Amino acid sequence: MTPSASALVHIVVNGTPLQVPAGTSVAAALAQQAPGTTRTSVTGEARAPLCGMGVCHECRVRIHGRTRLACQTVCTEGLSIHTDVGTAPGSATP
Amino acid sequence: MQHTDALVIGAGIVGAACAHALAQAGLSVRVMDARLGGATAAGMGHLVVMDDNPAELALSQTSLDLWHAWAPNMDAGCAFTACGTLWLAANDAELQEAHEKRTTLQAHGIACEMLGAGALARAEPALRPGLAGALKVQDDSVVYAPRAAQWLLDQAAAQGHLIFEQAEVTHIDGHTVTLRDGSQRSAGAIVLASGIHAPHLCPGLPLRPKKGHLVITDRYPGTVHHQLVELGYITSAHHSDGTSVAFNVQPRPTGQLLIGSSREFDTTDPAVNNAVMARMLQRALDYLPGLADLNAIRTWTGFRAATPDSLPLIGPHHEHPHLWLAVGHEGLGVTTAPATAQLMAAHITGGTPVIDPAPYAPARFAGLSTP
Repeated sequence: MTPSASALVHIVVNGTPLQVPAGTSVAAALAQQAPGTTRTSVTGEARAPLCGMGVCHECRVRIHGRTRLACQTVCTEGLSIHTDVGTAPGSATP
Repeated sequence: MQHTDALVIGAGIVGAACAHALAQAGLSVRVMDARLGGATAAGMGHLVVMDDNPAELALSQTSLDLWHAWAPNMDAGCAFTACGTLWLAANDAELQEAHEKRTTLQAHGIACEMLGAGALARAEPALRPGLAGALKVQDDSVVYAPRAAQWLLDQAAAQGHLIFEQAEVTHIDGHTVTLRDGSQRSAGAIVLASGIHAPHLCPGLPLRPKKGHLVITDRYPGTVHHQLVELGYITSAHHSDGTSVAFNVQPRPTGQLLIGSSREFDTTDPAVNNAVMARMLQRALDYLPGLADLNAIRTWTGFRAATPDSLPLIGPHHEHPHLWLAVGHEGLGVTTAPATAQLMAAHITGGTPVIDPAPYAPARFAGLSTP
């Protein structure tokens, strides 16, 4: 199904504007964009969504200054997402 | 039958330290662990001098010295960090308690100092305003206990004196243990160090499970600098009945915060009790209001093996000549494992104990039965 223009929402991922169908999870939105990762582990490894149901916490991202689980967050108009949790100094601090 | 000088049941921090000490004393050692899980992997790994009574102080102080002696040789995974403890006084009464604690610790040569309200606020700006002060105990530290237990076993194995087997012991009889698969092993001395699981092999041990909850956050480096414990913890930690919570937060080297603590008797259900955890977190928020904005990533529970007098059982089983007990360390087993192991090695090899072993003798409790 091709979404109609009215069913799209505008989001921003690491400063890049994107359009995704309304109802898309942040995890699904990130999966459509290379590199598809969400955060950086304590040993510097890239992480991506794993369980998709809010348990593993691998998909932590920064949304409007708060750490959120990408798989449990639905894209809404104007949502700004950063995948720098674990790298930027203080990035995990709201 | 395969025979060693000693056989240690349980490879948590206490069993691993006992195996390490016995191997260092020149004994051949077999370690058996059933991977049932225990307090070592569930706890905070806070290395803390406790002074509720002279026996607890002797065991924890001697152990802290040994931890500091090991620390330079431990690998980074052990995460040993000498962050110190701040015992927080919320009011003048607790401040008086802190002064008394300082007097006791200093009399035993333990480095500590009082922080007034201003100094405390500068040392830990995330604490709520208005606290009366704190006692800072410099050499208290933290460690990642599961890795430290493995490091102790690796050290002993490298000297060629240690065999590790992942297997469940189901029966102890004299010099012989029987495994789940029916095979047997024998040893001159059998050391029971399986914590809360020990009564399965040795019915009648005076051990009660004391459930605790922990929460760990995402990484927030620099939020907290010392292990922070409310002075009320001491009262709470030794409540023998009822459910209690006390503020206890630890900064991990990663910047994560471990948040405790809770105590619950008369349950063996490992599920998180949301009502207890809510109380525990509310207590933590009372001291660190900024926690409310942080992200918790895991919650879990564990069981401390508590004895009636809160001191561990270290020494010979009074009805069984070949069985030695190293259990009942409650919430202090990571701290006190090194001195426990020294006592155990002295008991078994006939050496001179580093401290008076009498307060920890299992025979102080009636009703210990032969397995």
